[in-house]
Amino acid sequence: MTVTTENTGLTNRLLDLVPAAPGKQTRKDFTSDQEVRWCPGCGDYAILATVQGFLPELGVARENIVFVSGIGCSSRFPYYLSTYGMHSIHGRAPAIATGLATSRPDLSVWVITGDGDALSIGGNHLLHALRRNVNVKILMFNNRIYGLTKGQYSPTSEIGKITKSTPFGSLDRPYNPISLALGAEASFVARSIDSDRAHLTSVLREAANHPGAAFVEIFQNCNIFNDGAFDALKDRDTRDDATLRLTAGEPMIFGAENDKAIRRTASGSLEVATPGADGVLVHDPATPDPSQAFAISRLTGESAGVTPIGVFRSVDAPVYDEGLGAQIAQAQAKQGKGDLMGLLHTGETWTIS
Amino acid sequence: MSAQVSDRPIRRIDRVVIRFAGDSGDGMQLTGEQFTSETATFGNDLSTLPDFPAEIRAPAGTPAGVSGFQLHFSDHDILTPGDAPNVLVAMNPAALKANLKDLPPGADLIVNTDSFTGGNLKKAGYATDPLTDGTLANFQVHKVPLTTLTIEAVNATEGVVGAVNKKEAERAKNMFALGLMSWLYHRPTDGVVDFLQKKFGKRPEIAKANIAALKAGYNYGETTESFSVTYEVAPARMARGTYRRITGNLALSYGLLAASELTGLPLFLGSYPITPASDILHELSKHKPFGVRTFQAEDEIAGVGAALGASFGGSLGVTTTSGPGLALKTETVGLAVSLELPLLVVDIQRGGPSTGLPTKTEQADLSMAIHGRNGEAPVPVIAPRSPSDCFDAAIEAARLATKYRTPVILLSDGYLANGSEPWLLPTRDQLPDITVALATEPNHTGAKGPEFWPYLRDPETLARPWAVPGTPGLEHRIGGLEKADGSGGISYDPANHDRMVRLRQAKIEGIASDIAPLEVDDPSGSARVLVLGWGSTYGPIAAACRRVRARGMHVAQAHLRHLFPFPANTGEVLRAYDRVLVPEMNLGQLRSLVRAQYLVDAIGYNQVRGLPFKAAELEGVLEDVINQ
Repeated sequence: MTVTTENTGLTNRLLDLVPAAPGKQTRKDFTSDQEVRWCPGCGDYAILATVQGFLPELGVARENIVFVSGIGCSSRFPYYLSTYGMHSIHGRAPAIATGLATSRPDLSVWVITGDGDALSIGGNHLLHALRRNVNVKILMFNNRIYGLTKGQYSPTSEIGKITKSTPFGSLDRPYNPISLALGAEASFVARSIDSDRAHLTSVLREAANHPGAAFVEIFQNCNIFNDGAFDALKDRDTRDDATLRLTAGEPMIFGAENDKAIRRTASGSLEVATPGADGVLVHDPATPDPSQAFAISRLTGESAGVTPIGVFRSVDAPVYDEGLGAQIAQAQAKQGKGDLMGLLHTGETWTIS
Repeated sequence: MSAQVSDRPIRRIDRVVIRFAGDSGDGMQLTGEQFTSETATFGNDLSTLPDFPAEIRAPAGTPAGVSGFQLHFSDHDILTPGDAPNVLVAMNPAALKANLKDLPPGADLIVNTDSFTGGNLKKAGYATDPLTDGTLANFQVHKVPLTTLTIEAVNATEGVVGAVNKKEAERAKNMFALGLMSWLYHRPTDGVVDFLQKKFGKRPEIAKANIAALKAGYNYGETTESFSVTYEVAPARMARGTYRRITGNLALSYGLLAASELTGLPLFLGSYPITPASDILHELSKHKPFGVRTFQAEDEIAGVGAALGASFGGSLGVTTTSGPGLALKTETVGLAVSLELPLLVVDIQRGGPSTGLPTKTEQADLSMAIHGRNGEAPVPVIAPRSPSDCFDAAIEAARLATKYRTPVILLSDGYLANGSEPWLLPTRDQLPDITVALATEPNHTGAKGPEFWPYLRDPETLARPWAVPGTPGLEHRIGGLEKADGSGGISYDPANHDRMVRLRQAKIEGIASDIAPLEVDDPSGSARVLVLGWGSTYGPIAAACRRVRARGMHVAQAHLRHLFPFPANTGEVLRAYDRVLVPEMNLGQLRSLVRAQYLVDAIGYNQVRGLPFKAAELEGVLEDVINQ
């Protein structure tokens, strides 16, 4: 029944539990009849198009795909797909998806969330879904602002940001979502950009191919309340110098002229050097120890003039839902299936005749 | 030694209330549990009330750290754990101090004299020794050097000396007390011996020490002059069938397993540990052979969120909690109302507000259960009346949740959770058939052909179809935004919102005609006063009614299982009486509801002391209302 791996080269043992599509699917198969209502020019349109374009590649039956979202602009996403979907409440999508994925290994479960939804009101659930390594794919659209509530600063907004709720500049330090996910020892952590369709597709492919929780931060432009937040990474003139594209097995070299490289300093932090320098790193996302991935995550436009994108970490780790299913299977193999009336009669009983 | 004949005269009594009290570490709960097991096996009717502090180890020797276990058993059917103990076993001065006020004059008092030292008296707050200063003049005091006798007995046992230390020997003193009480009330102790051998299977010397103490206690009764009579409480005449003893939380756990089997839906429990609900999580986590998935979430919100996610996927989603947790789950319950998905929310009520009294009972979450959500968000609320009734209430909650695609709140409480009684086990064919039919086919024809409309309702129940992921052709998106009637698409249309609010309300209110009518117990048919209760107050209210009837007065009793919606005949029942009395362990939450809904000027009787009502107290209240 499952032909996904043959069709796509995806080798995720958990994806093999999801029934295969009966035939070839196209982007149209994943487009719902709902009118898309994001602001014209919003980065969400590009992400939606990329996801709709990627889903046929998964090769699984459309009815076995579920998108669960929280609240916020990004969380309208499930309405625009023709899969099963739930638009839930603010911050709770990872918890709801945990219950769904854990009870239904035959589903491919995706969470759509934003920086406010995932990192502020729902921070706790995100951490624990990643820590447990539940088999859900979490796509977090980071626009570094609150959009749906009309322009307050978010937990990823830069310090000093002037917004409606911070007319004198925000005082809180922002999260680095990648560092946070690595801190929770997420088994798969990646970053991409809304407008880079090829890169985002490749990251989605790797996330889908990962058994367990996958966290994908997607830089997304809010052209109304925080326009141009990621321009340095998108602008033709600056992007090659501002972006480090992480590729497994490749040395960390970047720049318009391939004239920059990343190496480790004596303190263990990373710095920008030249390709010929000593200690230029070769990217290995499969390293079990998350220290190097964490060090890479600390490279930002502000700290180093360069922002890494791609897969920071992808390691094999026990998957929560798989473990729970195995405990049940083992208990049933050992003790047989539960017998209700037998259970009620356990312990001391007495009969009145 | 179970059938040993005593040389003492035997006094036959119809019922007795015993309370074991000691320090939190003295093993009083275990002692009470074992005495209860003996009593259940003997065939008495019984009811128990454990009472313990919230602290795991409160300061030793102080009244704050006293743990108690009360057992009422009889030769007839009884309804409560008893108002006041006829016998108090006090293991130390603090236990005496904390419990003496409940003891009626003439009651038997067994004290461990070894613990009445200067230091312990001081910790208990006694300036002088109550054993000698006349404090206990009104009681039958039996002074027993329990600790000394226990250590002597243990030391005289082969295979124990040297293998257990003094502390371990001393710890067996609760078994000495159990042995003595077993002798006094002619209880069989074979079950306790089996229990000890199993419990200490890995340390047989500890089992031996405890069995030695148990036997020594039994034999001490035989040899001491302190007890002039022994007591016999004959087995109760109970309905035919097989019984076991059960606590409310265990019955509720079994009810959830049964509901899973009866609905045909796999059980998913998302829960966060909280007193007094955690035992349900513990119990269900054992039952993997039933395919139960238990998920200990990161918080209360995730517990209910995961349960709702599992419901979306076709499981019977359940979350268990107590009041503070229900407060946190509120928003998700509202989402479930909007999604119209089945969800069981179990609230084992405890004293509130806030952290309140974690180990004490109360029924003050009723208003929150019925009203505690934003928007018009009706949710059926039901409450069991006794520990064993938690089994049936769980099945009923699942029936309503799955049939009407709605969250249901089940309100148990700390008293039901930890209290126990004999349970006449149901047979399989006595359990209801509540099989759930999931949607498998499109239910609407649109412009482009067959479609699935997730909010196209069953005209009779107003329930929407439940299509789970994995069902081809029925892919749909649902969420917390208002949905268009029928199609389920997002709708901001004012008239549609008004219609949807009314439809959701009508669906839940329609349940009133799908539940048993409110029954009235009025044996004489001449009552002018009705006493209306809900939840765990059933026992004390019914006991109080019996008492006033025995004295020739007339009173009718009705007890609500469904708190929202009320049974269809509730108004008719209430209006048939001159006066309606509503006793509650809150400040009048049900009373407010019936006054608002039926314009009946009900009278409240309200106590929020963390303890169940006493039958005698309610008897007095009833008498006053009858004589008004």
